[in-house]
Amino acid sequence: MFDATPSDAVGYVFSAYLFFLLMVLVYIAILGAKFQRINRELSELIDELDAREESSV
Amino acid sequence: MTGRGLKTLSIATVVFLMVGFALVFLWVPMDADQGFKQKIFYLHVPLAIVALLGFVAGGIEGYRHLKSGDRRHDANSYVFIHISVTFGVAVLITGAIWAKASWGYWWVWDEPTLVSFLIVFLLYCTYYPFRYAIEDRDRQARYASVFAITAGAFVPLNFMAVRMSESVIHPRVFATSEGGLPDSMLFTFLVCFIGIGLLWLTLVKTEMVGKKVSGQVSYLRRKLHDDGAGGSVGGRIAPSVEAK
Repeated sequence: MFDATPSDAVGYVFSAYLFFLLMVLVYIAILGAKFQRINRELSELIDELDAREESSV
Repeated sequence: MTGRGLKTLSIATVVFLMVGFALVFLWVPMDADQGFKQKIFYLHVPLAIVALLGFVAGGIEGYRHLKSGDRRHDANSYVFIHISVTFGVAVLITGAIWAKASWGYWWVWDEPTLVSFLIVFLLYCTYYPFRYAIEDRDRQARYASVFAITAGAFVPLNFMAVRMSESVIHPRVFATSEGGLPDSMLFTFLVCFIGIGLLWLTLVKTEMVGKKVSGQVSYLRRKLHDDGAGGSVGGRIAPSVEAK
């Protein structure tokens, strides 16, 4: 069996955990961007609704 | 599935993952055979198990969609598969890093465990082009559910076939005939497994909240513009949970 040196092993282990952490953070950032877009769309709809109500009064 | 309890779930996820990783690096003893690099096990294996269970759960939701016709089950199935494919990427990358550290190669083609997971992963990667190739939303949902059921049934069959095969170098960690895990390692593994499982659930729940709100925004826009388009064909590529 191949044996990485102890310092290599530390590098491999931390790169695996770091990759996982980065992946979760990127996914959360994508979800955040998606929620921001939905929030913006909702604000636009509310503005449009307010404008309609004002014009009908 | 709604946003109720999402905050509690998120906190529980962070706590379990932090405690689990603290146990991995500060408490659990070093593996006598593999040494420090065995610590990837506490990340790689829970990710793989949760991803495979997610695929099976996607199949169950697909079945519930076909049985009831309720589009929420189709959305659940889509999100379960979507998050599990994302976890699958993490499984392949962390597995490749562990393989390089242990065997000196990033990938071993004659190892059934590795290749079978890659096959399952690639099978689920075809879910997206398959789904989006169909424009009609109802047909898309039905065909995607059939895919989810078939592929979901393939996952445990594939797992059993691999367990029965002669492994070349990939360890059978939970096999009692090979000694199994010591209590401290098993406890650490279970904490990490629960943490990864909660992470999967949190991401699923967050995606579902997004789909629900997105569906409500679409409904409001249709009502406001009164275009009667219905929004069932084209446009959005992922299923949304439409508001009544």
